Amino acid sequence: MTDGNKFTFMALKDGEGLAAALKAGRTGIISELRQAGLRGRGGAGFPTATKWNLAAAAAGAAKCVVCNADEGEPGTFKDREILSRRPELIIEGMTIAAYASGASLGVLYLRGEYAYMRPALEAAIESRRNRGLLGFNISGVKGFDFDVSIMLGSGAYVCGEETALLESIEGRRGEPRNRPPFPVSSGLACMPTVVNNVETLALACAVLAKGAAWFKSAGTEKSPGPKLFSVSGDVKRPGVYEFPFGVTINELLKAAGGTGAKAVIVGGASGYCAPAAEFGRSLCYEDIPTGGSFMVLGKKRSIPEAAENLLEFFAEESCGQCVPCRLGCAKLLEGLRAVRAGAPAGKLEQLISLGESMQVSAKCGLGQSAPNVFLSMARHFRREFDRRKN
Amino acid sequence: MKSPSQSPAKIALVVKKHGATRAALIPALQELNRSGGLTRPVMSGVAAALGLPEAEVYGTATFYAFLGAGKKARCVIRLCRTLSCELAGRDAAAKALERELGIKFGQADKKGIFALEWTSCLGMCDQGPALIANGKIYSKLSPAKVPGIIAECRKALARAGEKI
Repeated sequence: MTDGNKFTFMALKDGEGLAAALKAGRTGIISELRQAGLRGRGGAGFPTATKWNLAAAAAGAAKCVVCNADEGEPGTFKDREILSRRPELIIEGMTIAAYASGASLGVLYLRGEYAYMRPALEAAIESRRNRGLLGFNISGVKGFDFDVSIMLGSGAYVCGEETALLESIEGRRGEPRNRPPFPVSSGLACMPTVVNNVETLALACAVLAKGAAWFKSAGTEKSPGPKLFSVSGDVKRPGVYEFPFGVTINELLKAAGGTGAKAVIVGGASGYCAPAAEFGRSLCYEDIPTGGSFMVLGKKRSIPEAAENLLEFFAEESCGQCVPCRLGCAKLLEGLRAVRAGAPAGKLEQLISLGESMQVSAKCGLGQSAPNVFLSMARHFRREFDRRKN
Repeated sequence: MKSPSQSPAKIALVVKKHGATRAALIPALQELNRSGGLTRPVMSGVAAALGLPEAEVYGTATFYAFLGAGKKARCVIRLCRTLSCELAGRDAAAKALERELGIKFGQADKKGIFALEWTSCLGMCDQGPALIANGKIYSKLSPAKVPGIIAECRKALARAGEKI
């Protein structure tokens, strides 16, 4: 699991995970995942065993498993690789989640940008139906009924937020809900719902197939197991890399041919901008958490210009539901443009203060994290923002 | 040109095909959007078929970047404007697209065949700059590749029976 180009999701055989899961039984699955310490790979890092167990324990005649295949975080394309290279494995992961939580309904929410993958995913689902791996009495287990349909997104970053995604499946604007209630108790159409990222579902198969001990042999104490990283920007070899959690920025830069970089944006537009002095830091929940986006800015790049690009992104993608995000994103962008055009001293302080207010007042993760990269850039590269007309 | 899918009966059929529940709204809008766009009569037809207020249909349609109200060009070219594609040479690709089509971003050509729009991250950051045109992704764009891509889009439209 260490050289970057060997993928756990490619090494698994189809069916291995589900066979082990059926043998382990509902409680056995959850205890294996708990021992493994598998945490959600979409970015938030919620323990998968806890999520599945809460859904299993929730009251509800029908339950649901949703695969979040709406990776829209700038610089993220790891799920694209799993979806296109192992479509069956994701459906298998959903099937295991369904067995553990008692769900009968599955929805794979595929981002509109990935519509070209839909035929292959439909074929994988159909093939599993034909082999008795979806439908009634799956694999001969009496009463284990589960099927999966695909819902295509239509270009909205915020739908990667799980409750916005559920709204979208229900045919509404993708506006995040108030939490609680959390989806595990009241999700799609008020059913107890497990929402998992693509990579998480693939890794759930791996944990069941290879065991918790194998999984924990890589990674750190609080961030066990392998992680996929999407490396782009100023590197010689952009692409998807797998490393154990805890890998340093330097190690990833070396693997992708990006040594000598000026800064790395970890975790995408909502993440953190690490300057070269921090390249020894680790990517894991204990240090710099990430869903896998790793955008490299080379020596000659302008930090304020990169900040402007990412604030344009948020101004466009804010759902508009809450004031801190709707106005905050637009004002941050407007203010940054003014700073770049030579606004008087003090403007940047105002923007930093606005960003910090958004972090604590926006309704969902989008608005709370929209100022993150800008704030870290303003902290680490202050001189570039102070320079007029840069 | 009035697309055949715009008749109320056809709209009702499309809605029914997707289940005729609220959850059918987005798949139905996606399908109707591909055949001419979400004009006021189309959205009214969808609202009637689903028993929803027109404002709900309009609100949902306009929330999503790939939907939106109004007539659509037959081929909307969406170029990714997010950071990794910018670093990889987005602006040169954008200029080449504008030159080739004779329109600016945010515009459609007079015949309603091509439109140019910006879009957020397409998930092709390792192969940027990238664009999406009628569901198909083109990556590692360069100005030199643009005329070939436009020619391919024209051929795809012709194959689909569009008059161009």
